[in-house]
Amino acid sequence: MSIRDKACIAGVYEHPTRKAPDKSVAQIHAEAARGALADAGLSLADVDSYFCAGDAPGLGPLSMVEYMGLNVRHMDSTDTGGSSYIIHVSHAAQAIAAGKCDVALITLGGRTRSEGVSGAKVRNWGPNMPDVPYETPYGPLTLNQYAMVAMRHMHEFGTTSEQLAWIKVAASHHAQHNPDAMLKNVVTVEDVLNAPMVADPLHKLDCCVVSDGGGAIVVTRPEIAGSLNRPVVKVRGAGEAHKGLNAGRVDMTTSGAAWSGASAFAEAGVKPADIKYASIYDSFTITVLVQLEDLGFCNKGEGGRFVADGGLISGSGHLPFNTDGGGLCNNHPANRGGVTKVIEAVRQLRGEAHQMVQVPNCDLALAQGTGGSLATRHGSATLILERG
Amino acid sequence: MATIYEARTMQDPEPNPGDTPYFEATADGRLLIKRCNSCGEVHFYPRAVCPYCQSADTQWVESGGRGEIYSFSITRKAGPIPYAIAFVTLDEGVAMMTNIVDCDLDTIRIGQRVRVVFKPTEGGYVMPCFAPE
Repeated sequence: MSIRDKACIAGVYEHPTRKAPDKSVAQIHAEAARGALADAGLSLADVDSYFCAGDAPGLGPLSMVEYMGLNVRHMDSTDTGGSSYIIHVSHAAQAIAAGKCDVALITLGGRTRSEGVSGAKVRNWGPNMPDVPYETPYGPLTLNQYAMVAMRHMHEFGTTSEQLAWIKVAASHHAQHNPDAMLKNVVTVEDVLNAPMVADPLHKLDCCVVSDGGGAIVVTRPEIAGSLNRPVVKVRGAGEAHKGLNAGRVDMTTSGAAWSGASAFAEAGVKPADIKYASIYDSFTITVLVQLEDLGFCNKGEGGRFVADGGLISGSGHLPFNTDGGGLCNNHPANRGGVTKVIEAVRQLRGEAHQMVQVPNCDLALAQGTGGSLATRHGSATLILERG
Repeated sequence: MATIYEARTMQDPEPNPGDTPYFEATADGRLLIKRCNSCGEVHFYPRAVCPYCQSADTQWVESGGRGEIYSFSITRKAGPIPYAIAFVTLDEGVAMMTNIVDCDLDTIRIGQRVRVVFKPTEGGYVMPCFAPE
């Protein structure tokens, strides 16, 4: 069974907050849900399925369905880190295609900025993890693990810090038009290279922002989406993948996007050159570069040249990416950027992105997520969306 | 400019059941990896069940403790002192996360030959780290 054309995204909402010390995490989820349902023209009573990941408090759906007053017949709490919400769109489409639900609500929310949680600290994911005794004493941070990928990519392919910096430069060109973005100043390659080296070879400006915030997505049947007074965005294809350390046969320069992307393109029946706009997970500049290669926008090892000289800037580059400013400049709520990747892709397909970054005739878009650690174990999700 | 290695306070490993022989060996100055007696493959990190063939007949074997740096990063701005996290590919063929120690961190290179040395954690466990040969 394919999910192609079986479901549509009817509503999206990005919470405007970037710092919310006085809101609870559950409240941020509920406010995001309200925004996405209002965007779709649907109500709480229309929702019959709910999707969330590890940022949701308590037992995920058990806590949040109750808090928000939902009445659901289908639940899914798949957690693949920041890529979860892109996978949730795929799972929602599968559930709709299987007749398990009609209107799916996906939410994310977190207060990572207020709580001081970031990729510069050793994470504690709880007891019984099989890898922890062999890794945690060495000080693995999200930051230095992604840095090891960048170091290896430079070694194998000659990628440079200047090329990585262009990814931040492109994101900043887009963020200047987003009034909600945390970092609105346009930066240059020199600005990135002159920023403090936090974990070789990554500078401070190679890293995403740490923000409080949230987002929500409503997925529904094409018949229902077509009855609403909103532009239709169809789910055309999706893929998901896991990539780990392969029992010690380590290959850091290929990500799970090599498999999730191939699955999504095959299901959608399109190729990378057909994509008009791409949301690419941007926890760090290197994250973008590796995923672009693995998705097939360029060959492995050629990502540096692909992104250099403004290659990702909307209006002048060959692949407009993250036109909201992305995680690098706009928002990275709960340290999980998947939901905002889908939201900006939907804005582009609807023609509702900022006019300065709107891609003309944007009829096919891609949203790509990587959650966890690119160097060790991560989940990858690829979603291909089409204007209805 | 040089960034000379300084001993850092390492967190304890918090071993799970089955990990004890590994940490008994490190306390004794030996690095162990796992080999499957059913399919013959070595793997890391060590598991009770072989990730290649699902056999429970996995055996601890001693590594020669030599290898080369697969990748690394000097963490400069996320703690009291700089430190070098790395993956080292052992001559037995498996790569492991580690720290590079006892050297000028600014001279570390991918492909560099290294040998195992042992460093204590805050609670008295011992972790295998690597220094340039």
